[in-house]
Amino acid sequence: MKIRGALAVGVAVIGLAVLLAGVRVNPYVYFAGYVVLQYVVIATAWNILGGYAGYVNFGTPAFFALGAYTAIFLLEAFKAPLPVLILGGGLVSALLGLGIGYLTLRLKGVFFSIATFALSVVLQTLIINWEFVGGAKGYTLIRPPAPFFGSWAVLLFTLMVGLAVVTVLAARTIERSWIGRGLAALRDNEEAAECMGVPTLRLKLFATTLSGFFLGVAGAPFPYYVTYVEPASAFDLNYAVNALAMPMIGGTTTWLGPVIGAVLLGTAQQVATVTISSELNLLIVGVVLVLFVVLAPEGLTGLVRRLRGR
Amino acid sequence: MAGALLEIDGITKRFGGFLALDRVSIHVQAGERLGLIGPNGSGKTTLINCVSGALPTDGGRILFEGRDITRLPAHQRTRRGIVRSFQIPKPFTSMTVLENLGIPLEYAAHTRAHGAAAGALDILKMIGLDAKAHLRPAGLTQIEMRKLELARAMAARPKLLISDEAMAGLSSAEVDDILAILFRLNEQGITIIMIEHIMRAVMRFSERVVVLDAGNRIAEGTPAEIVRNPAVEKAYLGE
Repeated sequence: MKIRGALAVGVAVIGLAVLLAGVRVNPYVYFAGYVVLQYVVIATAWNILGGYAGYVNFGTPAFFALGAYTAIFLLEAFKAPLPVLILGGGLVSALLGLGIGYLTLRLKGVFFSIATFALSVVLQTLIINWEFVGGAKGYTLIRPPAPFFGSWAVLLFTLMVGLAVVTVLAARTIERSWIGRGLAALRDNEEAAECMGVPTLRLKLFATTLSGFFLGVAGAPFPYYVTYVEPASAFDLNYAVNALAMPMIGGTTTWLGPVIGAVLLGTAQQVATVTISSELNLLIVGVVLVLFVVLAPEGLTGLVRRLRGR
Repeated sequence: MAGALLEIDGITKRFGGFLALDRVSIHVQAGERLGLIGPNGSGKTTLINCVSGALPTDGGRILFEGRDITRLPAHQRTRRGIVRSFQIPKPFTSMTVLENLGIPLEYAAHTRAHGAAAGALDILKMIGLDAKAHLRPAGLTQIEMRKLELARAMAARPKLLISDEAMAGLSSAEVDDILAILFRLNEQGITIIMIEHIMRAVMRFSERVVVLDAGNRIAEGTPAEIVRNPAVEKAYLGE
């Protein structure tokens, strides 16, 4: 499938979403769908760094929350409209990504992961002490009437479909370009890649920045979605665990892996939240992740490839 | 020496208090076959790491084709034509043999993606790995792994190839196999620095041999001269 074909599929998906927005099923479907799609964005964004380049980022909550809090700041300071919030949230998170890109100069493997985890804790402490964006007591957003579709749940759902399509298309384009091949080389062996002419630092900076951008984009509409944002929910450990578990379950080497993982695991979590209990979410992730690491370390896409005998 | 391809001028490298290279100078002419020998820990691999850009130097300078490359990052040195192979093969494990070659072809030799596959297959044919082109490195034998290492280095279109112990642990017949490949590359105009412990191979291959010991250059000459050199004998065997 060439780029144009993929673009057509993307447009078709968005069209379908708008159609679905007109159908008006139970509002909860949009509400839950938003979360699943948000995880498609998060898992795909995480995978650009974690899957393609092999640098495991445990700091997903930092990037997600930075997107959300940038949006809150822009709302408070300038009453900025939603598209500006998304772009702003993405750009600020991209800057943070560029910062952790330079960390890769000194930190590899598990040490890089620990540093990103620490980053999340540090950033949360800063936000707790920043009164302008609500501090520890949180920030309440009073939404105006929805400008389109007559409902925020439907509007945000449709928006998230669009963001997911853009993110997945971007990841897929990178994967199949010279950048993707260079990232795969440095994931396999960074020293050998550098000696074979791959500008490893530049590629790593590109991956951390772009991954950060889309993680921020995923977080920027969050204040509109929940209407009440507090540090504990924006920096939720769930984001770190899911961002890692979803690509692992789907398969980290292709764009399809995180999408499959996010849809399966995200849906399972939403169903469990309604039918059993919201506390069960992490348990599901834990059990599924252990099963996959043991039985199918290359994820579902890897398993299918193996069964086909390749 | 004017017009040398590679000029290493007084390179010094320290690891903490340990002086790994002490003002080492070596000039390599274009088209030459140079052997670099020395006991374990004499600084051979450190020197190669400094030349390829994997390690920064603490003094001295390196010129390639007359231009100072002392501060260039490794990938830019590769693009200019200094390519090394690794002592312990470091293949890209998630890629096939053919795709392994695609990386240097695309990044160092600037071959377009669609031209890369044909170029890679030519190199594999020359090295004798074309039958394994679509295997992952995990499915290769030790000698095939060494050949892949050389093939991948070739794909970067080097002017200077630094072969770091490409033959360690191979059988006598396999050593001859690799030697034949290196001779063929040299005939194509590629300058080769060979680091090796297998004396039979170095002495047969090299036109000139440089000997390092404890970070110093202690001898230089034709293989015949080196064999008779008392300083070299002392470095290897002691008093």
